[in-house]
Amino acid sequence: MSSVREEGKDTIIFVTKEDHETPSSAELVDEDPNDPYEERGLILPSGEINWNCPCLGGMASGPCGTEFKDAFSCFHYSKEEVKGSDCLEQFRTMQECLQRYPELYPQEEETSSSQTSQDFASAEPSGLNSTAASEQDPDTTLPSTESSAES
Amino acid sequence: MLKCRTVWKKLAPLARASSTVCRQNVRRAGLTNGRIPIRVPTAHMSTGPAGGGGDNLKYALLVGLAGIGGLTYAVKTLRGDQKRYEERIAEIESRPHKATKGPVTDVQTAAPAAEASETDAVPEPELEAAPSPEEPSPPAENAAPDAEAVAHDAEAAPSSKTTEPPPADEPVVEASPEEAAAPAAVPVVEEAAEPVVEAPVDTTAPAAEPVVEEAHEPVVEASPVEAAPPAAIPVVEEELPPPTEPSPAELSEPEPAPTLVEESVTLTEPAAAAEPPATAPPEPQSEVVAESAVDSTPASAKVPSHAPYLLIGGGTASFAAARSIRARDPGAKVLIVTDEPDLPYMRPPLSKELWFSDDPSVTETLRFKQWNGKERSIYFQPPSFYIKPEDFDSAENGGVAVLTCRKVVHMDVRGNKVKLDDNIEISYDKCLVATGGIPRNLQVIERAGEEVKKRTTLFRKIEDFKSLEKVSRNINSITIIGGGFLGSELACALGRRSTESGLEVIQMFPEKGNMGKVLPEYLSNWTTEKVKREGVKVITESLVKSVTYKDDKLEIHLKDGRLVKTDHIVAAVGLEPNIDLAKSAGLEVDSDFGGYRVNAELQARSNIWVAGDAACFYDIRLGRRRVEHHDHAVVSGRLAGENMTGANKPYWHQSMFWSDLGPDVGYEAIGIVDSSLPTVGVFAKATAKDTPKAATEQSGTGIRSESETEDTATSPVASATPPPVVEHKDDYGKGVIFYLRDKVVVGIILWNVFNRMPIARKIIKDGEEHADLNEVAKLFNIHED
Repeated sequence: MSSVREEGKDTIIFVTKEDHETPSSAELVDEDPNDPYEERGLILPSGEINWNCPCLGGMASGPCGTEFKDAFSCFHYSKEEVKGSDCLEQFRTMQECLQRYPELYPQEEETSSSQTSQDFASAEPSGLNSTAASEQDPDTTLPSTESSAES
Repeated sequence: MLKCRTVWKKLAPLARASSTVCRQNVRRAGLTNGRIPIRVPTAHMSTGPAGGGGDNLKYALLVGLAGIGGLTYAVKTLRGDQKRYEERIAEIESRPHKATKGPVTDVQTAAPAAEASETDAVPEPELEAAPSPEEPSPPAENAAPDAEAVAHDAEAAPSSKTTEPPPADEPVVEASPEEAAAPAAVPVVEEAAEPVVEAPVDTTAPAAEPVVEEAHEPVVEASPVEAAPPAAIPVVEEELPPPTEPSPAELSEPEPAPTLVEESVTLTEPAAAAEPPATAPPEPQSEVVAESAVDSTPASAKVPSHAPYLLIGGGTASFAAARSIRARDPGAKVLIVTDEPDLPYMRPPLSKELWFSDDPSVTETLRFKQWNGKERSIYFQPPSFYIKPEDFDSAENGGVAVLTCRKVVHMDVRGNKVKLDDNIEISYDKCLVATGGIPRNLQVIERAGEEVKKRTTLFRKIEDFKSLEKVSRNINSITIIGGGFLGSELACALGRRSTESGLEVIQMFPEKGNMGKVLPEYLSNWTTEKVKREGVKVITESLVKSVTYKDDKLEIHLKDGRLVKTDHIVAAVGLEPNIDLAKSAGLEVDSDFGGYRVNAELQARSNIWVAGDAACFYDIRLGRRRVEHHDHAVVSGRLAGENMTGANKPYWHQSMFWSDLGPDVGYEAIGIVDSSLPTVGVFAKATAKDTPKAATEQSGTGIRSESETEDTATSPVASATPPPVVEHKDDYGKGVIFYLRDKVVVGIILWNVFNRMPIARKIIKDGEEHADLNEVAKLFNIHED
């Protein structure tokens, strides 16, 4: 049984697990998928890539940003059977760039660039409906690339 | 200038003639009585479709004369600039300078020497008039000489990448033709020419050399050849883009110039450069050039004179904006100017994680271990992420450059430029003001004298952390004045140390409990008990009356008569937003919240945005406010960056904040969390699983707000002691607290409940009146992990 206590202007309610088992009757406003103000996930409603997605970490803005954008764009729009198989050149260029900045993109994370394409493949279908927050999961390698960059 | 007037006088009669013709055409077209509206007066610059042969001739004459006049003017200006430049170089030469770049400069001086002698062939009489156009009055005229100065000087002296060791033979050779001088104009425009030259020419950095040399090879080769006007023009254009960006576009506009170019070989460069003067020159460039003061230090050579994106302040908001701009504007060049010596870093660990590090060299490395074991630096990015200021202009794909230890002291909004404390000017296209703030101090301490002030720390920056860390090792007693986020976090951090070192940690504040302005009273009291358990002596409801220094101790006299003796004071009593630039820039300052007043899109004025602690912005949902939290700096910085690249989005994604007080107490919050508002708290009993530590271990992220957005670093308090036993005698283990304003939820605290921020954000965004907040609390599943 929940208990309610008033302390001046503050109300304090204690609830047990059972109290909260029944579904909530609180109503939330429906989300507008095309709300222009909302933070977007990795893929914008138009189908374009949101380079400013926090999930990308600093990949698109760093010294290898251009190479990264080229590689990922190519991958994103690739229509091949094996997605991205026609983008090897761009990925190679990007790889070369990443190697030039070992401090930023540590070499033991080299697999991250190949993993990146897999991650993006999995991120894309979900990208349309998700917010920035949920984009963390497929791209954990990216933030880790950055966060461990200083090690 | 006089020349210009004479030229105009020559042209005026023709102008009148042609304008008469135009007017006649207009009448014929029926414009005045609107009979034939189809004949839109779009082409009435020329004689139009109704013009006769005579009109064409007049027009051709007019244009031709204008072209010749412009050309003559340009050549004169070039000569004058060249001469002034020589003088400037000579002046610098006479000063002691450092190592020269021997072989490089030799190679390149040979060519310019040859070229300079050729250009000497230009008719002397033009020299007389050369100085006069230099008078820097209308920006239009200025841009011309400057653009030309760039072109010419860049070509004539490519090796003058550095002003320090200019090749000796150059000034000699080039100084010879120039005789007549306009002394008044000389220093102004010369120095003007300098930064301009340096801008495209890339200065002292050896790393830039290969790039610069490449850019100059065509110059070197073209100049001796000299009979190749087309070669010269692309060269000029190559040099021009960095300082005068719109000018390449303009180069194609004026028609007379190219035709006249072919006429004279020796005048190719001036001709190419003549194109800019014939059109509207870029204003920022001209003004920077015209007004830049004497910059005699070598360091000035490294500062770009123009930044498409200029970010004032090198903190979290600035970095977030830089990242946003780079993501959205491919190849963007972003310049950050900060008065700190450090690259952009995050502040939260300075009062939390860094204190819990086991590493004795933590004050040097500034690295901390997150709960998931991953270590990271407080710096957002290592130095290799950034480009050097000297490479700024030449960076092909752009980049972010950071100018440290420079303060922006003046902002000229009309001229789109700022002035640094060493008098260097930088012009910009878009500017972000992210100056943050400086810690407030207590009046009583300000008045207390040197001995007291020497023993007081105002905590904000890396250097404050370093000095406090050092001090705390060598004293017996430390007092923190202030009971808010910073004060409480520092008290807990130092309290933790007290168990090892025997340091006495005292915290005092006027409120009844820790976080008294944020948490409702019952929770504030509960929290104070937790803080005490961290080893802190908390003195509540204390107002400091005076502080004196006596017998090598600080004596804090409280208003109620109590006396506290201590060795060192940390004043954590708030932040004063830094609005130094408001006056010079003409930016509005908010009287209620402080800081620069900006709109919902974070814009203060055209081309100026403000983000972070210094921004008093309009929150569409919650009203005008100013927020001093880390995530807000990230969110607002990112938004400002988006808007600077054309997005025009208002502040909508609500930022959150968090705090950890001891290993047992951690909370995340969002919106307006003010203890003066009515609150509704829904609590469940806490289990051992509901601690900040458990939250990060479970989510696999090291950082509280990373599980929210991107990588910003803080994680809950790292404990050196074995996992603490959570006491269950208190009621407020975990729960949700709603803050209401007119029955609408405007703020939410998630108390020891983690990874539910998106739900909280949604509730605030909806802005609905909920009849039963217990039902809303159900959405959070507080009983579950």
